[in-house]
Amino acid sequence: MAFITANWNPLGEAFYRKTELYEMCWTLRDGLRDSLVAAAPYGGPIGRNIITPPVAVLSVSVTCLSVFQWKSGPVVQLGWTVSDELLCVQEDGSVLIYDLFGSFKRHFSMGQEVVQSQVLEAKVFHSPYGTGIAIVTGSSRFTLATNIDDLKLRRLPEVPGLQGKPSCWVVLTQDRQTKVLLSNGPELYILDNTSCTAVCPPGLSPQAGSIVHMSVSFSYKYLALFTDTGHLWTGASLYLQDKLSEVDTKKTTTPKQMVWCRRPKSQQPSVVLMWDRLLMVTGDPCVLVGELDGVRIISSVYQELLQEVPLVCQDIFKIASMAPGALLLEAHREYEKSSQKADEYLREIKEQSMLGEAVRQCVEAASHEYDTSTQKSLLRAASFGKCFLTDFNPDVFVSTCRELRVLNAVRESSVGMPLTHTQFKQMTLQVLIDRLVYRQFYQLAIEICHYLKIPDYQGVSRVLKHWASCKQKDLSDESIARAVCVKVGDSPGVSYSHIAAKAYECGRTELAIKLLDFEARAGEQVPLLLKMKRSQLALSKAVESGDTDLVYTVVTYLKNEMNRGDFFMTLRNQPVALSLYRQFCKLQEQDTLKDLYNQDDDHHELANYYVTASYREKRLDTRLSLLQSAVDEYNKAKNEFAAKATEDEMRLLRFQRKLDDEKGAGLLGLSLQATMEALLALGLHKQAEQLYRDFRVPDKRYWWLKLKSLAEKEEWEELEKFSRSKKSPIGYLAFIEVCMKCNNKYEAKKYVSKVTPEQKVKAHLAISDLEGAADAAIERRNDSEMGAVLSRCTTQDGSGPVKPKRPHSVAQKECNKK
Amino acid sequence: MAAHLSYGRVNLNILREAARKELREFLDKCAGSKAIVWDEYLTGPFGLIAQYSLLKEHEVEKMFTLKSGRLPSAEVKNIIFFVRPRLELMDIIAENVFREDKLHSSRDFHILFVPRRSLLCEQRLKEQGVLGSFINIDEYILDLIPYDGDLLSMEYESAFRECYLENDQTSLYHTAKGLMTLQALYGTIPQIYGKGECARHVANMMLRMKREFAGSQNQILPVFDTLLLLDRNVDLLTPLATQLTYEGLIDEIYGISNGYVKLPPEKFAQKKQGEASKDLPTEPKKLQLNSAEELYAEIRDKNFNAVGAALSKKAKIISAAFEERHNAKTVGEIKQFVSQLPHMQAARSSLANHTSIAELIKDITTSEAFFDNLTVEQEFMTGVDTDKVNIYIEDSIAQKDPLIKILRLVCMQSVCNNGLKQKVLDYYKREILQTYGYEHILTLNNLEKVGLLKPQTSSRNNYPTIRKTLKLWMEDANEQNPNDISYVYSGYAPLSIRLTQVLARPGWRSIEEVLKMLPGPHFEERQQLPAGLHKKRKDQYSLGLLFALLLTTQNK
Repeated sequence: MAFITANWNPLGEAFYRKTELYEMCWTLRDGLRDSLVAAAPYGGPIGRNIITPPVAVLSVSVTCLSVFQWKSGPVVQLGWTVSDELLCVQEDGSVLIYDLFGSFKRHFSMGQEVVQSQVLEAKVFHSPYGTGIAIVTGSSRFTLATNIDDLKLRRLPEVPGLQGKPSCWVVLTQDRQTKVLLSNGPELYILDNTSCTAVCPPGLSPQAGSIVHMSVSFSYKYLALFTDTGHLWTGASLYLQDKLSEVDTKKTTTPKQMVWCRRPKSQQPSVVLMWDRLLMVTGDPCVLVGELDGVRIISSVYQELLQEVPLVCQDIFKIASMAPGALLLEAHREYEKSSQKADEYLREIKEQSMLGEAVRQCVEAASHEYDTSTQKSLLRAASFGKCFLTDFNPDVFVSTCRELRVLNAVRESSVGMPLTHTQFKQMTLQVLIDRLVYRQFYQLAIEICHYLKIPDYQGVSRVLKHWASCKQKDLSDESIARAVCVKVGDSPGVSYSHIAAKAYECGRTELAIKLLDFEARAGEQVPLLLKMKRSQLALSKAVESGDTDLVYTVVTYLKNEMNRGDFFMTLRNQPVALSLYRQFCKLQEQDTLKDLYNQDDDHHELANYYVTASYREKRLDTRLSLLQSAVDEYNKAKNEFAAKATEDEMRLLRFQRKLDDEKGAGLLGLSLQATMEALLALGLHKQAEQLYRDFRVPDKRYWWLKLKSLAEKEEWEELEKFSRSKKSPIGYLAFIEVCMKCNNKYEAKKYVSKVTPEQKVKAHLAISDLEGAADAAIERRNDSEMGAVLSRCTTQDGSGPVKPKRPHSVAQKECNKK
Repeated sequence: MAAHLSYGRVNLNILREAARKELREFLDKCAGSKAIVWDEYLTGPFGLIAQYSLLKEHEVEKMFTLKSGRLPSAEVKNIIFFVRPRLELMDIIAENVFREDKLHSSRDFHILFVPRRSLLCEQRLKEQGVLGSFINIDEYILDLIPYDGDLLSMEYESAFRECYLENDQTSLYHTAKGLMTLQALYGTIPQIYGKGECARHVANMMLRMKREFAGSQNQILPVFDTLLLLDRNVDLLTPLATQLTYEGLIDEIYGISNGYVKLPPEKFAQKKQGEASKDLPTEPKKLQLNSAEELYAEIRDKNFNAVGAALSKKAKIISAAFEERHNAKTVGEIKQFVSQLPHMQAARSSLANHTSIAELIKDITTSEAFFDNLTVEQEFMTGVDTDKVNIYIEDSIAQKDPLIKILRLVCMQSVCNNGLKQKVLDYYKREILQTYGYEHILTLNNLEKVGLLKPQTSSRNNYPTIRKTLKLWMEDANEQNPNDISYVYSGYAPLSIRLTQVLARPGWRSIEEVLKMLPGPHFEERQQLPAGLHKKRKDQYSLGLLFALLLTTQNK
């Protein structure tokens, strides 16, 4: 087993190893010279843009995925997005996006001003928000976009004294903020959204010189700075505190690349520096790719992984190691050879009661190993040791076995994803499946989903969705729709709209519509249908969903798209949409409302519209003409009552205007009742009388009105005259009550004799004549009325001025007798 | 302070907590100090979810009311607009943002749409050229608000108007969404019953939404057994009648909104000794009314005639409790007495408040006008003389009583008579127009459109059949110790309650005839529960959902 440590190199207290991942099979004439190379982390794909001749090459580790002619302008920087798309930042600030297979997806610009000033340098970075781009322009200004899927450009403030590009810079993501750290000669600045702050890394010796290279670790936690005197400073990147180390490399040339090489829970963070022809055995130019737990080195021939040897592997494989794992491995090897030494080794572990630990070590070490035979021997050893344990939880062992099987499958050179176990854990299975899908390894992805028993809507469904989207590039509409439906069926959580959107992107509108029919969520259907200009269909889908906002959205869209006639016709067929649009018009466009009613011959609503409009008018004649229109429409709608009422109103308005002009009465706009009230108050009895007759006001109401008005003005004689004018339609009790309200008992008494027998008692009570009330009640032989009188007696007993003639009992008796 | 929500049979605090959590998450999304600009309509409903203290914890330093013009200045990092998705509000926001930009450039803008974000509104903001100024545009789904321990409300006061008058079913969509949220928290409701067009529509949308979420099956044990959806227009009579419970009367007279009532201050003046009451408070007294208050929970649903007795009983108990102090001899006893003191004092002030309120109400309920009005209502409900012009209504119009009172009575007569004879209807209408003004031709038109007022079309009046079959009128309603729901209206049992009771036992099949007389279809739907949840169901709860009716249908 000694050979395992053969490629280990000690550095400080830790060992580093370089594992060969793949032999590259790209055909290079000039190696990696004269080309831009970018590789995505987590064993991602590699993109290359060769300057002469202009060709772009995309490959995954080994296999070349596509080669295509580069037709656009000069590229400054390449990068990969989180969803495995290639970003090409051009000199003029435009960014082109290609998918893995070299087909163009979309493009966007980093701002207008860049077109002139040109991009000097660009960096692609990843943060919790997604993939971002930072550029520095010819006018020495930085522009940032933290998420290219939700593009918001931020122009950072100016850096004092910066001419051209800075000597070096990096993007940091801390505290949910994205900042730029840059050096300009000896100065070091942090640039955020609002300010530019000069900083000084603690402990950097003053003679160290100016910083010419810097690098930030994968997790943005650590920072390395390289100065022109060959000093290397490392520390925590957060606010640049905490120096970790300072090394004098004795190298004054600027390294070509400098990348952090550390693993989570690493014993010591370290930095890999690369100069031309140094550090690498080959003289070929290489590219370093920082990974979560190491550095990927890509040369024209090999792809290798440089990483710190995990502690557990060190423990097991270190020469003469006595770690429990190492002993267990040895024990198992002896057991295979049928040697009794196996027992000795086992005993030794068991005596220290370290068997559980030994198994755990073997399992963990296996997960870190790249070579399948090493994995196997470690796992076998673990399984062997497990047999001697009674209470060992097998979960970790089982899951490691499963995960390793998956990892080995994706590491296959035909797939070419050199993921380490640590990276896999960090990246999660979901992302792995997505990435397999991007590369169209549908079969493998589905196998993995089944193998790891992932719930359908998280696993298989997603794969199927992608498959269906991709499938559309060939075959006829019908057959695809059917094929997709058969395969995808009702798998929960498959978004048909997503598939349809892809179909539309490929220019297959009909297919997209067919596929959309399978979509259950209307909210997803509608925007796409609108995009495809199937607005009628979109409208009916929106109505079906019941989401009124969606209906409104389609309606406003239709309104801008169609001519008015067609638009109204479309609405007519969708009553729900029509009434919503009416609501909209009521608030926003009154005139359109009128047109709508006109078109529908809805005379009643039209009349109401005119009535409403009349109240917005200040001038009387316009008001009257609007009301006349209302009358016409009410007549057309055969609503005689409303027509008549409107005519009355017009008559009243004219009358009011006339009186206002003559007497300045201020009547306009009052109701009929209020007008009469005002007239009476002004003493214009004749005019009030005229209205009463002209508008056929019921006698009762008019009598009430007049009664109150006269009493209020205390015209008692007039009132008496009025009471005698004819038999009161409201009786005479009302007269008594109104007089009493005006505190005129004297007047009230006048009407007592006139009330009907039924109201006698009430009338007497109203003027507090208990005696009279009692008499009347006795006369009428009415129990409850008697009770009413009695209750009044008790409340006033002793204190009241009037005392009943007879005691209660007598009254009661008499009443009963009768 | 939300303890009253967890007293009921269903812990509604879960819903409230979910709503609060979402609010906190949104606030944290906008890092730094904040000012909230409120759509005033929302402050009431939000008060039921979160108090200012919660907002303050999340760095909300200022609150403004949304109005056009320039935003008040405030030293904050974020300005957040809490608004309903309405176009007119978008225009105001746009104006705010425009005016702002010229002064400061460092404040970040955010919008929180309640209860749902709207493409239409975003489009409007885009047209106004301000959409790009917003860092976050989000929605805060607030459909069903826990109002009390046994009550959820949408606080959507224009729902009736929108559904029946404007044919705008937005509120129904929100209802369906709200019920989906409810089911996400309390489990799928296996049985859905309903009556009416809107109910049907809501049920359809719910079933559709369930299909849309297929795949993510809800594994929560259902708390609710049955959902009953009823259209408001199935039972138009109940909201027209004058409420006679304690809470009902407070609402009739002073109006309860979002759980608060504003009362005339005179009765609540602090009577402190030595300090002459030189200045009476002029601000109306604002009181929160919910079951968290022990006394209120006890009397809120009592018929007002039984409230007096309950209050005096309570008064005796409280004064007896205070008398206890004379019996307290040992230090231990005194200590125990003192420990109960805060509770007793709270009870005493609660009693004082409710006694004052009850006095205020009593002044009104004992008046002749109130009595006459009630008599007429009861005549209508029992079917007396509903087919001719009512003298009391006529007189009330002549006296120019408030229009709302007249409309309530006329509509009630129309509902109880299955429409009014054309002559009677026209007479009322003419009286109203002549007295209250011609503009009410639109009001009346609206009432006719929603069916509250209608001309009699067939000679048959089926209200008496409905009344008899469903026992809507009970002669001997016991107000003190009720044994039937009819006590709430001193005789009238609300139609919707009767429908619910019949549904529970013996089932709607027994009243098919009556259901056919009421408007809209009736239906029954079953929702499949995930396997495994079937057997576990033991408790049976039922949840009824009714739409609130807005009576003010005036339109100018």
